[in-house]
Amino acid sequence: MRSKRTVFENRRIQLVFWVVLALCYLLGIFFVGLGVKESAYGICFEDKFLAPSLRHPFGTDGLGRDMFFRCMKGLSTSMVIGILAAVVSSFLALVMGILSAVLGGFVDKFINWAVDLCMGLPHIVLLLLISFMMGKGMKGVTIAVALTHWPALTRLVRSEVLQIRSSLYVQTAYRMGKSPYQVAVTHMIPHVLPTYVIGLILLFPHAIMHEAAITFLGFGLPAEMPAIGVILSEAMNHIAAGKWWLALFPGLLLLTVVVLFDVIGDNLKKLWNPQSGNQ
Amino acid sequence: MNGKKIFTELLRMVCLLAAVSLVAFLLITNAPIDPLVSYVGTNSTLSPEAKEEIAEYWGLKESLPKRFLTWAGHALQGDLGTSITYKKPVAQVIGERFSYSFVLMLAAWILSSFLGFFLGIVCGLYQEGIFDRCIKVFCLILKSAPTFWIGLLLLSLFAVKLGWFPIGMAAPIGKLSSEVALGDRIYHLILPVLTLTLVSISETTLYTRQKLVEILSSDFILYARARGENRRQLVFRHILKNVALPAITVQFSSFSELFGGMALAENVFAYPGIGTAITAAALNGDVPLLLGIAVFSGLFVFSGNLIANILYGVLDPRIREGEAL
Repeated sequence: MRSKRTVFENRRIQLVFWVVLALCYLLGIFFVGLGVKESAYGICFEDKFLAPSLRHPFGTDGLGRDMFFRCMKGLSTSMVIGILAAVVSSFLALVMGILSAVLGGFVDKFINWAVDLCMGLPHIVLLLLISFMMGKGMKGVTIAVALTHWPALTRLVRSEVLQIRSSLYVQTAYRMGKSPYQVAVTHMIPHVLPTYVIGLILLFPHAIMHEAAITFLGFGLPAEMPAIGVILSEAMNHIAAGKWWLALFPGLLLLTVVVLFDVIGDNLKKLWNPQSGNQ
Repeated sequence: MNGKKIFTELLRMVCLLAAVSLVAFLLITNAPIDPLVSYVGTNSTLSPEAKEEIAEYWGLKESLPKRFLTWAGHALQGDLGTSITYKKPVAQVIGERFSYSFVLMLAAWILSSFLGFFLGIVCGLYQEGIFDRCIKVFCLILKSAPTFWIGLLLLSLFAVKLGWFPIGMAAPIGKLSSEVALGDRIYHLILPVLTLTLVSISETTLYTRQKLVEILSSDFILYARARGENRRQLVFRHILKNVALPAITVQFSSFSELFGGMALAENVFAYPGIGTAITAAALNGDVPLLLGIAVFSGLFVFSGNLIANILYGVLDPRIREGEAL
């Protein structure tokens, strides 16, 4: 019995270890990126199209700008947009999911309908339309990404709340004269919190990827800002000339960030609900 | 699935589609873009009176609800207006472009379905083996990789470095479309299809694997094993049927992601389909085309969902017989 227990504890410690490691890496990129000064990726025509070397780990582009610092700066911008999107969208999802499950009836139908509606257009098209309406640029893409990531999480929160709505302790709370608002705050929110937090973390990678995609298409961050989408769409013009590093490294850096957010989300899920680790 | 159920489902879809068009219409008409300016150009010599007249003729002075109703009325008759970018009716542009995109999406969809299903089954059967672990990591990475980045990498490896495939477009440059042979078309399709397949395959594989793991731990498999069935018999008698149903449904309801991936892949390879048309429309402020494609993409997603819902009823004997009772 004893040995089993230590194995279990080791497994937990392992999970925590990976989460902390991933978090350190992400925070590292975030703060280093925020701290990068514009001069670090300034234009320098003498150094144009340098292949990766020790001085320029990711090489340089057609204007001699250092790709490593441009990528870092771009990723931190993406992460800021991701945080905003996660906060706004997950808050919308929490409120709507709980409202939908608690009130039921017309409200439930309406919210379900809104979810279907939002999922009715391909996500890229919806982002493109919103960004188009806001006149492109930073504001457009931030609002588009922040406002379109709630549907999936809303469904998740709703189904979680539905599970406990008919449970005895919730019914008892109602009979004791608690208002729907009090029940929602004292019973429902604590119950959905794990699902909600994990959903919030898993929302990041989606938001960051969508921001990069819409920027890549030319409807996101403006071309003068360092951003992975901008960098990759510039790389497209030089790829025929064999400048492979312009595409490979920025994408790889974005990939690590997205994968690590997934790792954190999945490991937290396992920590919170050990049963899901068996799947 | 009986007639009545299909009808209600259809009705719900039509309502949603109408709402989607309304949302798209509102988003586009609220854009800080003057359709008149994008039509005549910024430095036109048109007199203000003439501009006034065009605006009058187009009905730009009308109230928004009226404009939407006019547009919807025409759209229902198949008239989506004229594209400013391509100087052709929008319906015709969408038709031409979609024929290209359709081939691309169909090929990638079929490839990723079958390959993903197969990989998922093998991974699930040999859980935690070397092959399973490798495929799982591979899928997790692919799932997180941006479509356009994968496209760029394939492009720089296979088209630039190795020179096996053309860099872009749907046909060799400088050939008339009537001269382009089928072989050329396929040759130009390979890289975009590969990109789109790679992007969509991970979802199918991971889903199939997950389902297989669930089914393997169920009682009827235990019973079948107790009867002495070997692995092959298990797969062909019990597993395939049970996994295929949810896998097919998921495959049809993933049309939304397929469309998004297609749009990005087409932009990387300058492939003349719907995806490049929608970016061109949005860049040029081509309102009729943008609206047309947005509604069309909604229709595309809805038809996928509808097929998924109907197929589920047709293929699943439990649902079929449940209704007969």
